Amino acid sequence: MSNETETETNIILPDDTPVDLQAEMVSSNVMGILDELDRELIGLKPVKTRIRETAALLLVDRMRNKMELSAAAPTLHMSFTGNPGTGKTTVALRMAEILHRLEYVRTGQLVTVTRDDLVGQYIGHTAPKTKDVIKKAMGGVLFIDEAYYLYKPENERDYGAESIEILLQTMENNRDDLVVILAGYKDKMDTFFHSNPGMRSRVAHHIDFPDYSPEELLAIAQLMMAESNYRLTDDAKKALLEYTTRRMTMDHFANARSVRNALDRARLRQANRLFADASNSVTKIDLMTIHAEDILASRVFQEGSLDLDGDEGADVDFDDTPKH
Amino acid sequence: MMTNYRNQVTQGQFSFLPDLTDEEITLQIKYALDQGYAINIEYTDDPHPRNTYWEMFGFPMFDMKDPAGVMVEVQACRKTFSNCYIRVMASDATRGTESQKMSFIVNRPAVEPGFRLLREEREGRCMGYTIVPYACDMPEGERGQ
Repeated sequence: MSNETETETNIILPDDTPVDLQAEMVSSNVMGILDELDRELIGLKPVKTRIRETAALLLVDRMRNKMELSAAAPTLHMSFTGNPGTGKTTVALRMAEILHRLEYVRTGQLVTVTRDDLVGQYIGHTAPKTKDVIKKAMGGVLFIDEAYYLYKPENERDYGAESIEILLQTMENNRDDLVVILAGYKDKMDTFFHSNPGMRSRVAHHIDFPDYSPEELLAIAQLMMAESNYRLTDDAKKALLEYTTRRMTMDHFANARSVRNALDRARLRQANRLFADASNSVTKIDLMTIHAEDILASRVFQEGSLDLDGDEGADVDFDDTPKH
Repeated sequence: MMTNYRNQVTQGQFSFLPDLTDEEITLQIKYALDQGYAINIEYTDDPHPRNTYWEMFGFPMFDMKDPAGVMVEVQACRKTFSNCYIRVMASDATRGTESQKMSFIVNRPAVEPGFRLLREEREGRCMGYTIVPYACDMPEGERGQ
């Protein structure tokens, strides 16, 4: 009996064997997560296209395996470049989940590390540290944030190079066990890859995260607010759009992160406003609504500039509180 | 011996079975990780059954998710101490247990010479018996070379 099945599988399938790509797609449930990605991540067109392509490649690879068209597993080490707050970490998290659903990695875990976790402080400290991190990330995705800090050309005796060496070795030898994602700002990552050609050639996918447009940022703001049960009035939306347009031209603009900070401060002002006219009855809807004035009180509007810590005027509202 | 037909040291789990393959070891480690056990690797060149405390190879591994990470350590230990006994142990930190749950040998020396039986004449024609591993005839560090 076993002999029979053996010979059966040995028969080469004819070239016109039908392939049920649809069924495969449904069974992996990858469409669900891709749609989720579309819904919950605003903008980022090139990123989404790339993820779709990767998902498609892995699906087709699975089908090819079924048809016994063996090919080496594709390397999926990636680099995410983009300005601050463009969603690199968020996408990395999703990536781990997608790769897990497509059975490319065994666990859907994402281990996020920075230079501190990889590089040691004295001779002989780096290798065990890096190896430890790699061991923990195995079976999942290792996300190295601000990876360019690993390499410090100005210091020849920096231990970062040792860490890179070990990473390269693992990326090559344990391709089945680990996917490495390097992330960082575009220009610095370019220098990093330029001075580490080994790293560049082992990272097959370079994905660049574009900046958001003000409209996209507004959509993100609405998503964020909905998540924490707030809503913006129409005027507030207009104000926020105006705010992001102005804020973008200023220093230290960090895309979605700046928006989140602005919203946090708007909540602060909203609370203060409610507190100030506590004599009036406050309803549930008042607790949920952010008005335009909460946003317009920002220093971005008042003075057209930020103070040093990028704090856009959280204290403006408290001017009337006594100063000590 | 009838029960130990391969004349090898039998300690821990699976030691009467043929040596585990790497795939089987991976599966055992996966089971341990799924139970939430912490895994550590130990080695020794003294197979005496009363030698319970072996040398640790690296630190215990607490927050591993995947057996591949542990296998890397197993391979590293095999490379460094190829002619020693190496075992993988899994400890359960659950309150009330807080103890070792698994232990199995993953590497053996090429030759396992076995044990010598020592007899000791005691008072009143009593006999004392003990065993000494032949492997321990050499000083530590020079054994199994």
